[in-house]
Amino acid sequence: MKAEIEVLQPGLYSSIQDLGRMGFQKYGVPHSGVMDRYAMRVCNLILGNAEETSVLEITMQGPQLKFNSPASICISGADLSPQLNGKAVQNNEVIEISADDILKFGVRKTGFRSYVGIAGGFKTPEIMDSLSWYEGLTEDFRLKKGMKLPFNSQKSNNAETHASLKIDETYLENNEIEVYPGPEFDRLMTTQRNNLFNAEFKTDENSNRMAVQLSEKLSNELDPIITGPVMPGTVQLTPSGKIIILMRDCQTTGGYPRILQLSEKGIQVLAQKLPGEKIKFVKKEYPEY
Amino acid sequence: MTDFPKISPLGDRAILIEFEAEINENVLEKVLASKEILQNSKFKQKVEIINTYNSLLISYVFTIEDFYGEFLRLKELISRANISKKSNYKIFHLPVCYDEDFGLDLKTVSEKKNLSVEEIIRLHTSPIYQIYFIGFLPGFLYLGGLDEKLKISRRKTPRKSVEKGSVGIGENQTGIYPKNSPGGWQILGKTPVELFNKNEDNPSPFSAGDKIKFSSISKEEYYEIKEKVQNGTYKLKYDQYES
Repeated sequence: MKAEIEVLQPGLYSSIQDLGRMGFQKYGVPHSGVMDRYAMRVCNLILGNAEETSVLEITMQGPQLKFNSPASICISGADLSPQLNGKAVQNNEVIEISADDILKFGVRKTGFRSYVGIAGGFKTPEIMDSLSWYEGLTEDFRLKKGMKLPFNSQKSNNAETHASLKIDETYLENNEIEVYPGPEFDRLMTTQRNNLFNAEFKTDENSNRMAVQLSEKLSNELDPIITGPVMPGTVQLTPSGKIIILMRDCQTTGGYPRILQLSEKGIQVLAQKLPGEKIKFVKKEYPEY
Repeated sequence: MTDFPKISPLGDRAILIEFEAEINENVLEKVLASKEILQNSKFKQKVEIINTYNSLLISYVFTIEDFYGEFLRLKELISRANISKKSNYKIFHLPVCYDEDFGLDLKTVSEKKNLSVEEIIRLHTSPIYQIYFIGFLPGFLYLGGLDEKLKISRRKTPRKSVEKGSVGIGENQTGIYPKNSPGGWQILGKTPVELFNKNEDNPSPFSAGDKIKFSSISKEEYYEIKEKVQNGTYKLKYDQYES
């Protein structure tokens, strides 16, 4: 029998992700990959997987999953009150699964995105060197009811060492987003710069894996730029003053001024913010060069 | 005064290299020559390099440990990039059917620009267009070289869905929709050729630095080619140039 997980309920938005695609941006293919790399890494380290092993990324409202075979799993990132056969289980621990077990999620306690890793990884199709789901590129792009997710059935081989792993989950409740100046930062007026770093911003409902938009606008008199490269974490300022923070599924190029660039830590923190939550940009300086 | 190219970090795991902020083939040549020399050099970790009109972006998988050392290395490499050496490129002949069933805005363009449909087709198929880079959508080509006479504003109301393969113009740009998507360009025709095939090793036949010429085909030819494309027996024609 093929080891697989049956999706009983899909939840809000879940997808298989790994570190994303490399080498295909020259064809205009987005990078993709997990929004929160830290949580993915924790999951895989605890399970004894290679760090880049694919995981299931879950957004706010978790799915209901039924396993047809034994498995070792680990959940990290947001705490969405996971339960195994109705009994509460903890994040950041190896959870042993038996055939016919049902994993589901309850109330959101912290964060926005939770990750389910599985010892051995998922066995969903690989496209362009990655398992990351992306609409139009992979057959599926989000969990659907009745879907089957094949996995490599194997036991966790790290059960005794994970206790020494130090996990820092303070970022889940942090609202400070670490940023560097972007290529067009110098073109901003002093008042605009001050506003960027002194004001609080609210993340907009209109946010997804492609970009997080902010509700408050920043006055803008910058001209558009010649279309140039962008990447996850690039902060764009539109002619109407809208601030757009590009995330993992973003396009490869763009024509709006790039005023800031999030650090990897900044992306990790932002990935765990709910729509409507407040954030603050905290400026980081580049090392001398 | 800024010295070009300008090298600067972009966050903690990318480096941006910018040349003069101009859209022309001289700048592209410098960009591509530098890209080539960088691609052939040894990086301490896996990187991906993309170019746009006047920029190169090197993204690293993990945080860059030694910006200073990496900058020195990149600067030295770029200074050695041989710009006078023209690299090899292809000129692709892309068949386009300019029938009014496909060229939904031919009439509008004809009225607004006071050009006959034949004249529009002639103006659109004459230039050899430069492929600057692929971006925006998988397989979307940024082309340069549209005839001034075809410069026209975008549609006031963008279409909710423009069909895959549609060839359009807007401002001083021309391009091909690689998949069904919303769009505001004035549509002149349609190509039966796939611009992006996710199942191929090279999902797009085109590379930055290559060129394209459109050739006008009849509706019959459109459907013949379309069938071959679907069977996997169609080969896009191109001329190889070396210097």
